[in-house]
Amino acid sequence: MPGTAVSSHAPKIRWHIIVFLAPAVLVYTAVMILPLFDTLRLALYDEVEGERVFVGLENFRTLFGDANWSRQFWNALINNFWFFLIHMAVQNPIGIALAAILSNPRLRFSSFYRSAIFIPTILSFVIVGFAWKLILSPIWGIAPGMLDAIGLKSLFAPWLGREETALTTLALISVWQFVGIPMMLIYAALLSIPDEILEAGECDGVTGLSAFWKIKLPLILPSIGIISILTFVANFNAFDLIYAAQGALAGPDFSTDILGTFLYRTFFGFQLQLGDPHMGSAIASAMFAVILIGVCLYLFGIQTRIRRYQL
Amino acid sequence: MTKRIILGALLGSTLLAGAAAAQEVTLTIESWRNDDLSIWQDQIIPAFEAAHPEIKLNFTPSAPAEYNAVLNSKLDAGSAGDLITCRPFDASLALFEDGKLADLSDLDGMSNFSDVAKSGWSTDDGSATYCVPMASVIHGFIYNKDAFEELGLEEPETVEEFFAVLDAFKEDGGYIPMAMGTNDQWEAATMGYQNIGPNYWKGEEGRQALLSGEASLTDPEWVAPYEQLARWGDYLGDGFEAQTYPDSQNLFTLGRAAIYPAGSWEVSGFNNLVDFEMGAFPPPVPNEGDECYISDHTDIGIGMNAATEHPEAAKTFLDWVASPEFATLYANALPGFFPLSDTPVEIEDPLAQEFASWRQECNSTIRSTYQILSRGTPNLENETWNASAQVIKGAETPADAGARLQEGLASWYEPKP
Repeated sequence: MPGTAVSSHAPKIRWHIIVFLAPAVLVYTAVMILPLFDTLRLALYDEVEGERVFVGLENFRTLFGDANWSRQFWNALINNFWFFLIHMAVQNPIGIALAAILSNPRLRFSSFYRSAIFIPTILSFVIVGFAWKLILSPIWGIAPGMLDAIGLKSLFAPWLGREETALTTLALISVWQFVGIPMMLIYAALLSIPDEILEAGECDGVTGLSAFWKIKLPLILPSIGIISILTFVANFNAFDLIYAAQGALAGPDFSTDILGTFLYRTFFGFQLQLGDPHMGSAIASAMFAVILIGVCLYLFGIQTRIRRYQL
Repeated sequence: MTKRIILGALLGSTLLAGAAAAQEVTLTIESWRNDDLSIWQDQIIPAFEAAHPEIKLNFTPSAPAEYNAVLNSKLDAGSAGDLITCRPFDASLALFEDGKLADLSDLDGMSNFSDVAKSGWSTDDGSATYCVPMASVIHGFIYNKDAFEELGLEEPETVEEFFAVLDAFKEDGGYIPMAMGTNDQWEAATMGYQNIGPNYWKGEEGRQALLSGEASLTDPEWVAPYEQLARWGDYLGDGFEAQTYPDSQNLFTLGRAAIYPAGSWEVSGFNNLVDFEMGAFPPPVPNEGDECYISDHTDIGIGMNAATEHPEAAKTFLDWVASPEFATLYANALPGFFPLSDTPVEIEDPLAQEFASWRQECNSTIRSTYQILSRGTPNLENETWNASAQVIKGAETPADAGARLQEGLASWYEPKP
């Protein structure tokens, strides 16, 4: 047999593996890995009288030790956690519920709903931020008028302009934009559940809602885990929506400041504040650490414990 | 075959262009004023090229918000234009100190400018100037003349009269008394605090005292503007907390608001939008008969890339920018941007004329936070945006705001008496 003839030779370099991997490895290294390590390196330097000098962990000491910096950092981090919590508490349950409804074979126009709900995801942040700012505008917006039409005008407030509500409002706008992603992923997971299992359940009297809780939900848990971690990474890298809606100062009174806007302000500067790439890199490194810790906690703490079923 | 012909044509055209370029110099201008593109192309550049046919100009603006970042990377990469539009104060000072901008102190045209005019683009000790001052902007209030006539009101001169006017509009209910929002924060500081403040801190006198450490932001003259701002909140439109800068502009130009706290840069834009008559009054003084002070802020200058290949041509252009001819051209092409040169300039636009006339009646100063004081962390300018917005919303008392700003400033600034 030709197969045995090959294996009797000395091990050959399998060029095809290298050739096929090379483009991805090269591109990924050039645009992701090198910049990442360069950012980490830059965080250890500072500019003193026009010269770049190595200062060790000095930038981090400033970031966490100097009240002016640490106050902003913790404020941004806490806001970021709140932003994430809203997504976990609102976006993902709604996404799962929508997927469950869409996967019901008796639902008509389901592909229309599916596309309609998914469309905001492909819109630019700038469009979403601008559109919602207009919708919620107390002057030209349609939100006050709509509330007025049902007699609830008193409930309207300039939500984006108030410290107590601005961040939650922005988080909900982001939820509106991205709810299509968990929906699509869960929808795909639900479709992959074989009908035989559900039919077997029906024979045992498990139907309707209880079929969802007892059969479908355990089977899609791994997908929910993946969605959670994707949400986590996306939220802690978020920047665009806040910048588009509230600007780099993340008003009112920094109540919508998240790590992304804080990094932008520091790295590139803002108005009279000159950019400081070294402190900016320190913040970027801290963001990287937060995300890394979160992902590790998930991978080792949760991922390994989720029970998987062979379908 | 056709391909070869096209190739030949292309080659020929580049050769021709190359030959033409050898005779004349093309200078590229970096700028953030993309709004002015047509004015440069239709008026300024032709006027210059007519006088200096051997020099061609190429105006290449980028978006204002990105300008500083774009310019810095271009300068680092060596691909920046020959002439560089200068932001005032630290952004340009940093470029000069890095050797990116050439020293223009010996330029002949520089003698046309006063020290205050040059302050935005000079080293702290004033020994070197690196950009030619082009224009300043003046703060004040633009109002709807028709609305004032409807209610039989006159331009207020004192703070008391100012609030009486606002009360009259509030009572009438037909107009939003004043169009401003706090969503974008900078209007509250720039068109609020820096607009009315100089009357309290007595312009340059107070600003210099703050720089030298004799005054503190907790002093009454620095807190008083916040006390006035705290009263503004009642006269702004519903939901002003979420009102943005374009919202305010639209409210005023649509005739829904009576008074607009303004910068003179609005003049040309508003002229094209309103269908009522506009007037302007300077920030009201605290007591009748007080001397008045206005913020006449150096806003835009132009310098030379130190690495330019054509320093002589660039200097010829800069000398022309420093000339009265350019000042007249610029002031009338862009009403609301006022030339800084010492020779008086004839301005045709009535509203811009009104703004410019205050230079004779009142003392000029620049925005208090711009020179030196916004160098450290926390950044005083950004903090002032925040504090002004907070005070107008009533979320912070004027005294607290002053104390917070002073604490932040004192944490890094050591006054040089």
